[in-house]
Amino acid sequence: MVTKKEIKLSFVIALWFMVLTFPIMVIKVNTIKHIVIFRWENLLWTGIVCFFASLIWNYLLRIKEEKKKSDTKDDIPIVHRLLQNEKFRIPFLAAICLFAIAYPFVFSMYHTSILISALIYVMLGLGLNIVVGLAGLLDLGYVAFYAVGAYAYALLNLHFGISFWVVLPISALLGTIFGTLLGYPVLRLRGDYLAIVTLGFGEIIRIILENWDELGNGPRGIGNIPAPSFFGHQFNQHNSVIYIYFVVIALVLLTIFFVNRLENSRIGRAWIALRDDEIACEAMGIDKFKTKLTAFALGATWAALGGVVFAAKTSFINPMSFTIWESITILCVVVIGGMGSAIGVIAGALVLILLPEYLRAVAEYRMLVFGALQVIVMVFKPEGLIRSIRKTYKFEKTKE
Amino acid sequence: MEPILNVKNLTMNFGGLKALDDITLAVEKGQIAALIGPNGAGKTTFFNCITGIYEPTEGNVKITPPGKPTQKLQGLKTNLVTEKGLARTFQNIRLFEGMTVLENVMIGRHCRLKSGIIGAMLKPSSQKKEEKQAVVDSYEILEKIGLAQYVNEMAVNLPYGAQRRLEIARALATEPFLLLLDEPAAGMNPQETKELDDLIIWLRDNEDLSILLIEHDMKLVMSLSDNIHVVDYGRKIAEGTPEEIKSNPDVIKAYLGDESEDA
Repeated sequence: MVTKKEIKLSFVIALWFMVLTFPIMVIKVNTIKHIVIFRWENLLWTGIVCFFASLIWNYLLRIKEEKKKSDTKDDIPIVHRLLQNEKFRIPFLAAICLFAIAYPFVFSMYHTSILISALIYVMLGLGLNIVVGLAGLLDLGYVAFYAVGAYAYALLNLHFGISFWVVLPISALLGTIFGTLLGYPVLRLRGDYLAIVTLGFGEIIRIILENWDELGNGPRGIGNIPAPSFFGHQFNQHNSVIYIYFVVIALVLLTIFFVNRLENSRIGRAWIALRDDEIACEAMGIDKFKTKLTAFALGATWAALGGVVFAAKTSFINPMSFTIWESITILCVVVIGGMGSAIGVIAGALVLILLPEYLRAVAEYRMLVFGALQVIVMVFKPEGLIRSIRKTYKFEKTKE
Repeated sequence: MEPILNVKNLTMNFGGLKALDDITLAVEKGQIAALIGPNGAGKTTFFNCITGIYEPTEGNVKITPPGKPTQKLQGLKTNLVTEKGLARTFQNIRLFEGMTVLENVMIGRHCRLKSGIIGAMLKPSSQKKEEKQAVVDSYEILEKIGLAQYVNEMAVNLPYGAQRRLEIARALATEPFLLLLDEPAAGMNPQETKELDDLIIWLRDNEDLSILLIEHDMKLVMSLSDNIHVVDYGRKIAEGTPEEIKSNPDVIKAYLGDESEDA
């Protein structure tokens, strides 16, 4: 099971870590009493933990390599298999539906609230998945369109008293327009260059919001943004969270519905072709620029929708909610979930957003554990939690 | 009758390098023409100039699609050239690896289909019909090329020879009148080359196609071609039937070197 070589390697690694962490794990300087305490027992623990961690790590890596060699036919992720199986699909989806409906009534407002955040990220992730996962355009300024949506709702409501439901389509349109406007000049670039330029655009939007005081109060932000109403009826705070929850669920379902259709359409195929090989894509008669632009604009549309829901949920927005960190998180959702895979992105968003919340139990180590988990996912599942599979078709032989 | 592809005085400069120098070439309807020459002679550059990947420095390219008037081709973007009816394959295989074999062919159908974003999201019946038709058409092409067994495989998992054929299938899906094949037999074993030979002839006879191919496999070129064009250092040095080319002293010199130089 474990080879001699691995034990030897783990032993060396343990020793190395003992040396490395010696200053922080063992030496403790008491500056008041001017004494140095040597905690030798910590050295032992570091060594033991590192030894076993390394053993397990190497063992898992080897298993992964062997698995890759043994089955040449790529296995389909379990979720896809469940969904493909007629018998399981209905109960499986019904169970998820029931759980989703019961959730806000069973769990507390706090849990509902963080699930809403996660669901907003599902929307954002699915939107960015179109741009990054399908069309292969690395967009690091995605948060700009999120800000456009959020500020559209906040400002339209503040100045004109326009309600959530009216703003929703308006902001979607605004997202599309902004996506096209920003996309038009930058999409001539590719790869790393595109990433840097979109990064810049994302920051420009944030800095404009921060400094244009007359527009959105600058860093002080806009408060008192009303939650969505139900045919003119405004809920109290508790019910309003539940209501927003269902609104988000509906929007997420709508997103999944559309994204799924797009993925297997003429346009969706063109996006994937563009991602796989730009030159061949053009040679097959696909207008490269138009295809890129539609992906960019459509991604922006969903970001704007997410922004509106975000503003309605938090009832206060300021530019600090739209930093580069936000873009990176959404990108992580897509990459860790599985590029180009809608189910993967949903799983990625739930894991990536809910995990840090529930990791509060381990307090100050929360981000450390979170980071470690991300690394582990990328090492053992480089194609993401649930990788994408392509649609298959059935055929009768038309001729022998 | 006008030749379906008529290239006149095509010149392509990369900085100081003349990759193509005053090339004049015509392909007649129903012809299998070959473009041969030593490595680096400018054959692929020629393809790239015609298909709009490069914009030629000088010269003009005209096409006369069957039943349509003569039109200019240079200056058009690559995707528009394909729409006009010129489809190509690549020297180094360029398939869409993240897609199935069928989807690769469906990409070829792209420029003949119409549905846009709104259509894809709302799926009106016209779009459903179009999509269904695209699937059926693509499958038919795969059957013709002999790849139907792989229909739902990922393109990247195909054997090498099948990948080459898939490139041809994908090009066929764009409904071309002229097929440009860039070294279709490269890396193939004799059996696969033989099958390719049959396929190309079958395409000309049954699909009403004209074919211009770049190839290094001389056996294939000599057995297939109606007309051979030879280029060397970007310049056209000979043109003729396989027999004429075989005995042309300039061609022999280009391939084997000058006897007097060696001595």
